[in-house]
Amino acid sequence: MAKIDFSSETVMKVAHLARLELTAEETAKFSSQLTKILDYVEKLNSLDTSKVEPMTQVHDVETPLREDETRPSPGAAAILDSAPEQVFDNYKVPQVIATKGKDEA
Amino acid sequence: MILELHEKLKSRKLSSVELTRHYLKRIAADRTNSYLTVCEEESLKEATAADARIASGKDVTPLTGIPLGLKDILCTNGVRTTCASKILGDYKPPYDATSVERLKRSGAVTLGKLNMDEFAMGGSNENSAFGAVKNPVNPEYVPGGSSGGSAAAVKAGLAAATLGTDTGGSVRLPAAFTGTVGLKPTYGLVSRYGLVAFASSLDQIGPLGATTEDCAAVLSAIAGHDPLDSTSFKREPADYVALMAAERGKKLRIGVPKEYFVEGIEKAVAEKFSEARKGLEKAGHTFVEISLPHTEYSVAVYYILAVSEASSNLARFDGVRYGMRAKGDLSLTEMYSKTRALFGEEVKRRIILGTFALSAGYYDAYFKKACQVRRLISGDFSEAFKKVDAVMAPTAPSAAFRLGEKIADPLKMYLNDIFTIPVNLAGLPAISTPIGRAAQGLPIGMQFIGRHFEEPRILALSKQVEEEVYREKVDHGF
Amino acid sequence: MDFEAVIGLEVHAQLLTRSKLFCGCSTDVHSRTNANVCPVCAAHPGTLPVLNRKAVEFAVKAALATNCRINSRSIFARKNYFYPDLPKGYQISQYDQPLAVGGYIDIEAAASKRVRLTRIHMEEDAGKSVHAQGYSMVNLNRAGTPLIEIVSEPDIRSAEEAGAYLRKLRAILMYIDVCDGNMQEGSFRCDANVSVRPRGSGKFGTRAEIKNVNSFRFVEKAIEYEIRRQIQIVESGGTVVQETRTYDSGKNVTVSMRSKEEAHDYRYFPEPDLIALKIPEAMITVAQATLAELPDQKKNRYEQMGIPAYDANVITSSKKLAEFFDEACGTGEVHGEGLNSTFVSPKDVSNWVIGELLRLLKADEREIDDFKMNPYHLRTLVKLVREGAINNNTAKTVFEEMYKTGREPGEIVQAKGLAQVSDAGAIEAAIAEVIAANPSQHQDYKSGKDKLFGFFVGQVMKKMAGKANPAVVNGLLKKKLSQ
Repeated sequence: MAKIDFSSETVMKVAHLARLELTAEETAKFSSQLTKILDYVEKLNSLDTSKVEPMTQVHDVETPLREDETRPSPGAAAILDSAPEQVFDNYKVPQVIATKGKDEA
Repeated sequence: MILELHEKLKSRKLSSVELTRHYLKRIAADRTNSYLTVCEEESLKEATAADARIASGKDVTPLTGIPLGLKDILCTNGVRTTCASKILGDYKPPYDATSVERLKRSGAVTLGKLNMDEFAMGGSNENSAFGAVKNPVNPEYVPGGSSGGSAAAVKAGLAAATLGTDTGGSVRLPAAFTGTVGLKPTYGLVSRYGLVAFASSLDQIGPLGATTEDCAAVLSAIAGHDPLDSTSFKREPADYVALMAAERGKKLRIGVPKEYFVEGIEKAVAEKFSEARKGLEKAGHTFVEISLPHTEYSVAVYYILAVSEASSNLARFDGVRYGMRAKGDLSLTEMYSKTRALFGEEVKRRIILGTFALSAGYYDAYFKKACQVRRLISGDFSEAFKKVDAVMAPTAPSAAFRLGEKIADPLKMYLNDIFTIPVNLAGLPAISTPIGRAAQGLPIGMQFIGRHFEEPRILALSKQVEEEVYREKVDHGF
Repeated sequence: MDFEAVIGLEVHAQLLTRSKLFCGCSTDVHSRTNANVCPVCAAHPGTLPVLNRKAVEFAVKAALATNCRINSRSIFARKNYFYPDLPKGYQISQYDQPLAVGGYIDIEAAASKRVRLTRIHMEEDAGKSVHAQGYSMVNLNRAGTPLIEIVSEPDIRSAEEAGAYLRKLRAILMYIDVCDGNMQEGSFRCDANVSVRPRGSGKFGTRAEIKNVNSFRFVEKAIEYEIRRQIQIVESGGTVVQETRTYDSGKNVTVSMRSKEEAHDYRYFPEPDLIALKIPEAMITVAQATLAELPDQKKNRYEQMGIPAYDANVITSSKKLAEFFDEACGTGEVHGEGLNSTFVSPKDVSNWVIGELLRLLKADEREIDDFKMNPYHLRTLVKLVREGAINNNTAKTVFEEMYKTGREPGEIVQAKGLAQVSDAGAIEAAIAEVIAANPSQHQDYKSGKDKLFGFFVGQVMKKMAGKANPAVVNGLLKKKLSQ
């Protein structure tokens, strides 16, 4: 892993991926702070982990499975109660221009 | 404290309503900024029900009628839950977290929701959208984070005990900074259902109390398998007060990791630690030096893994189904980005870092690498526990620092978690216990780390420290 | 230059569970808007997924039925992207360690062919967005519905093969009862990756992905169009762009949706809220043991029963048609001793199905299993013919009536007076009348004009409104004419 210069451009690109609007000050600040943090993280490269299985779970136990039983849902009115905007029992959002299942890049 | 109050309630020397009023009055006069939401009406209703339950003599548990506080990252049915963030607005969850439901079922009174670092991200409780929490011991100092409100409330006598959450030290660090006891249970012992996720593979709910016994009593009510959490371990609920008592008297081999005593550790911390060690030696325990060779990598591993999981966990705060939505004539992308701009600075910083660590071309170098080193760190403990029955280590390199002292330098702040993080990475249980005060009067804590599910053993050790080494004074104004 | 197409298909099939993949909400697609939504599938803070056992069992069955190797350990992963109908901001799917790998499906197109499968993985569906003027509406009823994604190797070379593959895959999933195969309602959806290259080239061309086409015919047409389009581009010296396209069935063209330059970065990582999926050996054993007879197995059985290979292939291409056939024959696994265990020749039944039934369906432009006919009625019809109660021609009339009205054949025969007459007295009377009415022809016949026999048969049949038993007519007529 090469040393990363977490430039303002990188911050902005990643911020878009994360759908996060940043101010110019935040962008500049994050650029320098995250460069420093990633620099610190570099220390992981001193370890040879080529034969180490990644650990993503604490307990590798039997997979819990639930029976295929339905439970009553609270209903549209209740679930939409917390929504910022709704229309005809739907969540209302700004017009989606892009195609199904994808963001609009 | 809880068991004494329980005796008073049971013998009707005190009613739960009286006790609840006592705490509500203290909360009203609070100057630590510990509470974000106070449930005055609901808690008095719960107290009345608890009094009736005690009067009937049926289903009375040690927590029946005991007023508790909840970190505001635990969902409470119909009660505002903010995660100390602006983004959730006035969000009222439609359900109780399993741990909250279990507390309520055992008859506990829930006083309200406690301040914290936004989405549990921070070690000083300065990252709250509702203002920092002040350390009750000295208001110019931080209480530690992220469960700062949970610790301060116990210390300041604003709840008999509280629930916090610990992802990288968020229960233990504030416990150490405020002179309270904080337990981080084994990953999977307490259900995470209803705990708003920060880093799912690390998060655990844990109790904070004035004494070890209080932590054991609260743990008894919340531990045990929950079918709603797939990572919840198949273990029946147990009486941890009794299990702890059964552990007492055992002479143990206790390991002290040499890597925890290199650079940067405050003199007072080292001194108090060594006093505690001597006390336990006198009590018959044996100490051996152990090595946890990958300790120095734990902060790097943690700040890749936790933020990666967080970047995904926090994607659901998008202004569509609940919480705040940016106003105005906005495109979908603008609506997302401007809504999510309501996150605080630390949260944004971590989302950026986490999104980056998972992104195309960097996943292997960062996320995967961190997962591999996580296994090495976890392996260090497995090796150590072949030789020792428990591990003893400082909770933090220093006592509490001043408000504002580290906030400008995230890395410095992160390094404060170096002693607590390895425990989360390995999923182990650990308890932070007060062992004295530093020169300025600030509390110092120390932690016992156990094997998976050996909570009774570390609880017993913590209790022994309380009884034979050092005991913080508790004053809830009774 | 001579080109060949290279096609790989990704199919999303909705599993027939009652509840969603990770919560207890109903999967009923006909419910009211947002009626089947709970805090879990609406991704309220703090909620967690718990895996549906049935969904796993169904996915395992699908993997076994398509000859896949089931990974004893597979991993759920989060696929991260923002979209209003994706509540969590990520889809729980499987990525580098899927449920199953390396199967195949044998198809019959221009030739028999084996199409290899890359993988089958489990995932949850998203909700549904409806776009109105100036805003969009999100219904989460479908969010969290269990799907399997079945990915083929790029082994397919024509639209016809693609169609055959999809029909076969759909039939398999329906045979084993894990998917209802309904393309209109989206429970069986297909994306096609299409590229072209000079025939014989070992390299792949740049591919375009055609998304979400909702019928077999449209998939075939879309692929045909896309192959033509790409060949034209290459022949005119252009280069094909890697992109996603949709099919416009009205114009019969594919249209670009966006190019892959704006590639998505899904940031897959292992789902920390779920433990690795370990398939117990017992689950595989049970799934294998309870797996219904598959199309290929049925086809072999039919061929052994004497049904021609082509006919067997057609009948088994639809579970419903094959079940109809089995019940009509009384040879089904379950219905071996059907309503009436009298033997009916499977060959006779298959002749009716392949001949008359498919002819009528084709005339009505319907799919081969889009009919309502009681299999026992067909069985009765075949018996009526064999017993001589009606003749073959009459039977066709009766069959058409059965197809249209669903009535019982005996009832139709009676109501329309179509029963065959074998009674010698009635036939002799008719013969006598015919001979009396045609004396000169009778003379000619007797003087050696044998060919006139047919004339007399026709006259008798006409007299008897076509219902006379031809064998009886022949015998009696021969005797009477020579008298």
